[in-house]
Amino acid sequence: MKFGRKLALLGLAVALAAGAAARLKDQPATQEASVKELSAIALARQTTDKAGADSPLPLVVSDSGPEEVLTRIFAEIEANRLSNALQLTEGLLHQHPNYRLANLIKGDLLLARKQPIDTFGALNNAPADKVADLRAEAIARLAAYREKPPADFVPRYLLQMPPDQRFAIVVDTKRSRLYVYENDLKNGGRPRFVADYYVTQGKLGAEKLVEGDKKTPVGVYHVTANLPRQKLADLYGNGAFPLNYPNEWDKRQGRSGSGIWLHGTPSNTFARPPRASDGCVVLTNQDLDVVAKNLQVGLTPVIISNSVEWLSLDDWARERSELNKSIDAWRVDWESRDTDRYLKHYSPRFKAGKQSLDEFAEQKKQVNAGKEWIKLKIDNLSVFRNPGKEEVVVVTFDQDYRSNNLNNQMKKRQYWLREGGQWKIIYEGSA
Amino acid sequence: MTSISLLQPRFKQIKTLRAMAIGLAIGFAVPAFADNLPDVQRLIKQGQYPQALEKVDAYLSSRPKDAQGRFLKGLIYTEMNKPADAIGVFTKLSEDYPELPEPYNNLAVLYAQQKQYDKARTALEMAIRTHPSYAIAYENLGDVYAKLASQAYDKALQLDNSNSATQNKLALIRDLITTSGKGNVKPQPAVAAAAPVAAKPAAAPSATIVAATPGAAAAPVAPATKPVAVVAAAPVATPTPTPAAPTPVPAKDAAGNEEVVAALNGWADAWSRKDMRAYLGAYASSFKTPKGKSRKAWEQERAQRIAGKSGKISVSVDTPQITIDGNTATAEFRQHYKATGLSSSTTKTLVFVRTGSKWLIKEENTR
Repeated sequence: MKFGRKLALLGLAVALAAGAAARLKDQPATQEASVKELSAIALARQTTDKAGADSPLPLVVSDSGPEEVLTRIFAEIEANRLSNALQLTEGLLHQHPNYRLANLIKGDLLLARKQPIDTFGALNNAPADKVADLRAEAIARLAAYREKPPADFVPRYLLQMPPDQRFAIVVDTKRSRLYVYENDLKNGGRPRFVADYYVTQGKLGAEKLVEGDKKTPVGVYHVTANLPRQKLADLYGNGAFPLNYPNEWDKRQGRSGSGIWLHGTPSNTFARPPRASDGCVVLTNQDLDVVAKNLQVGLTPVIISNSVEWLSLDDWARERSELNKSIDAWRVDWESRDTDRYLKHYSPRFKAGKQSLDEFAEQKKQVNAGKEWIKLKIDNLSVFRNPGKEEVVVVTFDQDYRSNNLNNQMKKRQYWLREGGQWKIIYEGSA
Repeated sequence: MTSISLLQPRFKQIKTLRAMAIGLAIGFAVPAFADNLPDVQRLIKQGQYPQALEKVDAYLSSRPKDAQGRFLKGLIYTEMNKPADAIGVFTKLSEDYPELPEPYNNLAVLYAQQKQYDKARTALEMAIRTHPSYAIAYENLGDVYAKLASQAYDKALQLDNSNSATQNKLALIRDLITTSGKGNVKPQPAVAAAAPVAAKPAAAPSATIVAATPGAAAAPVAPATKPVAVVAAAPVATPTPTPAAPTPVPAKDAAGNEEVVAALNGWADAWSRKDMRAYLGAYASSFKTPKGKSRKAWEQERAQRIAGKSGKISVSVDTPQITIDGNTATAEFRQHYKATGLSSSTTKTLVFVRTGSKWLIKEENTR
């Protein structure tokens, strides 16, 4: 969608603004001149600053993260108001003294007062990898600030949240962004955008496959524990929330690895580069503290996507109702004790543990033969679409099974796959 | 490459206003004390700080407000390596005479010595605020900005601090009077008009100076007697001008050497004269511009840094070693560069290529 193109433009703007601190993109031909101007301007400004040539800026920095201030800083740089930019940067550093990106910008702005600079991270022999990391962070943050999720669109993955689940987490690895959505029960459980945060992912990106590949998994997960700071090494910052990677689907796909957590940032830095972890999703400590309040162990989904797909509310409602209908048809057909109708809801590729569809069908036929009646109740249903090319949804619910000879309650998880236009169960088991 | 980065370690000599000995400032003082301050200055010059302190205290006992005397006292403390006392004196002085840039500048020097660069920056910005054309404060401020930038970079990129420990020494101002004079004033037309220094009284220091505030020395309305001081103090090493036309005697090595040396000196000479035509003419069309800049961009940059530079430039070539290989000659030498606020000596290699009867520069490398 339109998201993408804007992002690219923005990236360019950042690179240019941050690089030359002059309006290079407007005047490519006079690049040299404009860079040279910088020193003259910087010098001139020193003399006129205090005299009030610059409109004074209030040093108000919000707590919502540095994106807003960074945006203002780069706008000032683009407009060649370098003193304003420096003032804002120093305000940001006052709030987050060990914010490396802000320190780099400060270094550039100060150096620009001394000599013309023509690149972001203009220090002689600056380690290129570290500068590139900070540039990437700047671009990610500025893009995210400009590109808030559209108000009337929702992430496709949050199809149905159970009533006792208050929030859902959606991570977009391409954007280095974590979105918090509220389960808006007053509006029929529609996801309502709450906030978004910058995150760090694996050094080698997303789509984890094997142990040690330094990638962040893509899929539907939930937090399985809440590890407080006291129990953790400094690397994890203010806290950690392990995820259930590899989940049933991952295992079925042969994916391996472990210890994928959502956690904070070590004390020696405010933020980490966009790609820096071994696969974990990392928030700044202040952001983790806020997000942590909304995390319910065993319940809050953390859905990690390469690139979040957004649906209009209409499309979202259609997809949700289609799935709910399929799930209900499965329930009704089970109650009917018509095993053939019931088995039509299962994919030929179905597997439950080592049990194939045939074995599963055989067993169901035997069981159903002894039934006079079956009552099946589904509660706390959640339906989350699995990010990725394959159309897979993760369905979880409390199953209350009653029959003439057996009653059973369990939490069940199914993976449904869209095959030939029909939603079919490809995995099921207890959750 | 050729240009001297302003960030290179540079050890700016303390800019002593030697001309101070002429003692212009003394004219301000009430006659009875007239010879006290020169005595103090002489003692400072001789390094007899305790005696100088005694004398200046005596001088100040009867005129405690006197800016000149207090300024000298601050200098004496600085020389005696008593930064806290010196800071106290200059701070008080700047409070009593906020219009004087010198106390701010020297405060900045002291703060910078203690690595309190933020305080140094504030003080220098105050100095410039009072005197927008104050060149030394600018240079010092430039150094402080560079230092602050370097600190910020260290934090941003987790650099090891130890390798950036090149301590710039800021220039202490030895003289209270904010003077005009080409050396001390940044040529900045817009500002210069506003600055009180513009009107340069050709007359010798006259009665006009004996202003209402005797001690304060009426700083802004400075007499112009010692304008030369600052810059002139920087030794202007005359480059060895070897304008002798290259005698076209090819083949023989010795003759070839002479030609290359002549080309080398011609290049340095053109640079010193800020003769951009001659300077750029010394470079071959095949010259490898640094960082792959376009020739035009490079020429513009050179013009900005040479012709666009205020004050004198002096470039001299020291002990050139020439090796010639066919039509290529390599000259390795020490380059001594001096300009306002900056001097450097670097080992440089120029690779010349014979082009017609001339040796032109093909590559330029600094080590």
